[in-house]
Amino acid sequence: MPEANEALARGEARRRLMSGREYVGASRIDGPLVFVRNTHPVGYRELVECVDAEGKARLGMVLDTSDEVVVVQVFEGTDGLTMPGTKTRFRGKSLTLGVSERMLGRVFDGLGRPLDGGPAPIADTDMDVNGRPINPTAREYPRDFIQTGISSIDGMNTLIRGQKLPIFSGNGLPHNELAAQIARQAKLRGGATDFAVVFAAMGVKHDVARFFTRSFEEAGALDNVALFLSLADAPSIERIITPRSALTLAEHLAYDKGLHVLVVMTDMSNYCESLREISTLRGEIPSRKGYPGYLYSDLAELYERSGMIRGVKGSITQLPILTMPNDDISHPIPDLTGYITEGQIVFEREMHGRGIYPPVAGLPSLSRLMKDGIGEGMTREDHPHLASQLFAAYSYVKDVRNLASVIGEEELTPLDHQYMEFGEFFERKFVSQGKSEDRGIEQTLDLGWEALKLLPAEELHRVSEEELNAYYHGDRDQ
Amino acid sequence: MSSRIVGQVKRVNGPVIEAMGVSDARMLELVRVGESGLIGEIIKLSGSGATVQVYEDTTGVAPRDAIYGSGLPLSLELGPGLIGTIYDGIQRPLERLLELSGRFIERGIHAEALDRKRLWSFLPESGLSIGTELEPGAILGRVQESSSIEHRVCVPPDMGGTLSFLAPAGDYRVDEHIATLDGPDGARQLTMIQRWPIRSPRPVLGRRPLTIPLITGQRVIDTLFPLAKGGTVAIPGGFGTGKTMTQHAIAKWCDTDIIVYIGCGERGNEMTDVLNEFPKLIDPRSGKSLMERTILIANTSNMPVSAREASVYTGVTLAEYYRDQGYHVAVMADSTSRWAEALRELSGRMEEMPAEEGFPAYLPTRIAEFYERAGYVDTLSGLEGSVSIIGAVSPPGGDFSEPVTQHTKRFVRCFWGLDRQLANARHYPAISWLDSYSEYLEDLKPWWEERVGGEWAQAREEIMGLLQKEVRLLQVVKLVGPDALPDSQRFVIELCSLFKNAFLQQSAFDDVDRYSTIEKQLRMLLIITLYWRRGQAAIKRGVTLVKLKRVKAVQEIVKMKFTVPNDAVEDFDRLAARLERGIDQLEAIYA
Ligand SMILES: Nc1ncnc2c1ncn2[C@@H]1O[C@H](COP(=O)(O)OP(=O)(O)O)[C@@H](O)[C@H]1O
Ligand SMILES: [Mg+2]
Repeated sequence: MPEANEALARGEARRRLMSGREYVGASRIDGPLVFVRNTHPVGYRELVECVDAEGKARLGMVLDTSDEVVVVQVFEGTDGLTMPGTKTRFRGKSLTLGVSERMLGRVFDGLGRPLDGGPAPIADTDMDVNGRPINPTAREYPRDFIQTGISSIDGMNTLIRGQKLPIFSGNGLPHNELAAQIARQAKLRGGATDFAVVFAAMGVKHDVARFFTRSFEEAGALDNVALFLSLADAPSIERIITPRSALTLAEHLAYDKGLHVLVVMTDMSNYCESLREISTLRGEIPSRKGYPGYLYSDLAELYERSGMIRGVKGSITQLPILTMPNDDISHPIPDLTGYITEGQIVFEREMHGRGIYPPVAGLPSLSRLMKDGIGEGMTREDHPHLASQLFAAYSYVKDVRNLASVIGEEELTPLDHQYMEFGEFFERKFVSQGKSEDRGIEQTLDLGWEALKLLPAEELHRVSEEELNAYYHGDRDQ
Repeated sequence: MSSRIVGQVKRVNGPVIEAMGVSDARMLELVRVGESGLIGEIIKLSGSGATVQVYEDTTGVAPRDAIYGSGLPLSLELGPGLIGTIYDGIQRPLERLLELSGRFIERGIHAEALDRKRLWSFLPESGLSIGTELEPGAILGRVQESSSIEHRVCVPPDMGGTLSFLAPAGDYRVDEHIATLDGPDGARQLTMIQRWPIRSPRPVLGRRPLTIPLITGQRVIDTLFPLAKGGTVAIPGGFGTGKTMTQHAIAKWCDTDIIVYIGCGERGNEMTDVLNEFPKLIDPRSGKSLMERTILIANTSNMPVSAREASVYTGVTLAEYYRDQGYHVAVMADSTSRWAEALRELSGRMEEMPAEEGFPAYLPTRIAEFYERAGYVDTLSGLEGSVSIIGAVSPPGGDFSEPVTQHTKRFVRCFWGLDRQLANARHYPAISWLDSYSEYLEDLKPWWEERVGGEWAQAREEIMGLLQKEVRLLQVVKLVGPDALPDSQRFVIELCSLFKNAFLQQSAFDDVDRYSTIEKQLRMLLIITLYWRRGQAAIKRGVTLVKLKRVKAVQEIVKMKFTVPNDAVEDFDRLAARLERGIDQLEAIYA
């Protein structure tokens, strides 16, 4: 509505006039929060600069505003700020990030300032880091199969371009290796495309960042990667803004520049903890395990910034990584994530212990977008039924193993023995593979049939007669 | 925008705004906040203060911004043009917003819910003439709204009087004058648009008992845990257990006239999926595209939280509007937990005393009020219609003991509990046959009896009994292994496993299997109970279970859902004959 926009502009203009004003002194400083009294009317979520005694400006955002007090969350932390010495400037606009393609190949902090010693890249445009909800009618439903070369993903939990597919991992499990392997090997069938990787690190150690950098370097892809690092030694509050900066650049690259962007975000658990920290400080009523009631909406604001847009060439595929506290998948962080994302790759510590890489748990892992991206013309016509059959058989293996642990393996029926063998093959040959082994989809599917051949045909209810003839009996006759 | 200023912003805390200097604002009044005119609703009044819940992102709103009153409660525009449209939680048409602001939804944009330019061919109701006394709800005329839905333009429920003008047949815009009623308060000019506040149920003449099933085409539902038209059901389940797929399947294949699908705080792509798929799918009953009977409401997880709270009321009000025209409407709300969480977030921001897990104490009341809006009714216009509510529940950690699931259970009469183990084994729909129930069963039996006789209820009871028995037998197996059981008992396990594979599992992706007519469902059920009776007898005669399982027809039973289409149920006669013959032959060997 044009009049509304004009009115908005008038209001904003008036506020911009006042935005120059500087307020000296804070009424309270609590963790990353600074409280300022007696200000002009300050807008909700407005950008703030807090200037410390040395004259260094730190960026922040308004969390709560009233005619009495304004609460500012300072992204660079409040270390060294004093109540009388803090000067606050309200900028009359929200936090933006200057973005451009030239940011590829560079390293930034969580707020998008260079960490690699280079100059700040010249921005093509300024974008609000908080983003805006995508109109559901503007979306294009994602259906392009991405081959990762990893059987447990391609065969069973297929990744689709524009999908948000997190890795639910635990401390000490090889989630970084898998994410890096996916980033290196991911390709569309039938050709190279313009791609880029945006990497956001929240609260992880330097060596993790180094591991990813080296991995991109070895693949010769570093020029297509932008890194936003808010490492373990940076103020924890900076993690709140890091994924937003990363996604803002991703949106620019995907929707303005037509690139296919893979966004890797690690570790979402650290992000959520920072959010909890602030919520607790503000005395908000918590929901589960002390996390704020709006954690779901907050995470959705990030995860929903993925997908494809009608009539636009690029896409954003998200690969968030999170470590499940105590390996507990019902913990609020994985739980709420799973409710938002389009599936999840779940790691199993026990498989890792048996030396299986990647330790992708067969049953709780899921790709919700798989159904529209596999099958005839996309992967292979037998793929949907084959995957479904593998899931069903593997699920039965789990039951048989439980049974065997009670009554002993000798007591199992011959059929159950066959299932045990199938399970062993499935985990050792199908799921397990090398850290740089890049399997084609055909190879993956053929391996799946290899596994099924360890079972009698009558057991395979989920595949069709024709598929049995072509892939199960077919080879056996040769 | 109205220029009546009713107050000023005092504090902004997310979607909740505290106002000061409030003079003549009304409770639940629709307001606009600040110069960009963000839509909000007054949810609390105290002294000169008020609390406003804002339906858009409040970034940039500052203290002392003006709050403008509208004098009206948050209401919907009701009239031709709703069907086939996708709205956000406060009935803004999303396609129109796309034209206005592009791929991202900007703040402060407004668009009328009903297209003002489109012409509708209006046919005045025969038998009406100047001077006719019209009661509330009386039909004034008809408009073919979509290829499947005839829109019945009615006198609004809160109006009535003597007809002093009725437009002749012709093409009209929704806001054109089509009738005048003279009432005690003078003459009222009517257009095809009615307004109705989302939080008030629309009045009806009376409620009827629920005796007709709402057929979904999903076997586990229709055969084991049926829903009644006008009934309520909850589908609780952890993430990935199949709530959305179940809702989609029902929205596609159920036998109501109209579907209102509310995406409340869930994924954007799921709405896109519906938008892509529904226009292409054909409603098996009408032969028309599914979109011709569907209204979508999308307030996805990244859209403002307060609008999520409003979206379920918007949905159910739309459903009531069509019910009042004599239609059967099914409302799907995916997910009611996001609605409850929105209530929690708003309540928290208002610093109310929380009850369980941070939810406000009025949560159960709100849930009850929502489900109460379902029912099978006699409408004011003298027709029959129904609203059925199918609510997904997303319990944290998949734990059904949490408040939303528990309170919902109190107010719904049907419960389709999704089971994580089943979903993990890719047994879909993962509706647990042990936790689920339908309290409509007894009331629906006469309907079945009338259509197919007593067979249905009998077979159903037989199979439910076996499923219960299986649980006990499996406990034994877990301790001592299957070999310890005699064949007669192993056959129970075998039969249940067949029933799960062949009948309960239903693939939403298979063109034949995605929905089954009740005829097909019944025939499938009867074949399985036939196998049970014949198999049992055969085992008594000494036939081994291994041999029995190898009977060719038994293998065919497992795949009959894929091989026998809905329009070829006579194939089941042949399959039954082959089964009998196969078992006869086996028995002959052992005799
Ligand atoms: N009836 C079904 N047929 C086939 N697949 C199903 C069915 N129900 C669920 N699924 C599978 O389970 C996944 C998750 O289902 P969904 O309904 O999105 O779960 P929820 O809404 O409970 O999180 C789907 O993406 C699909 O792969
Ligand atoms: Mg869902």
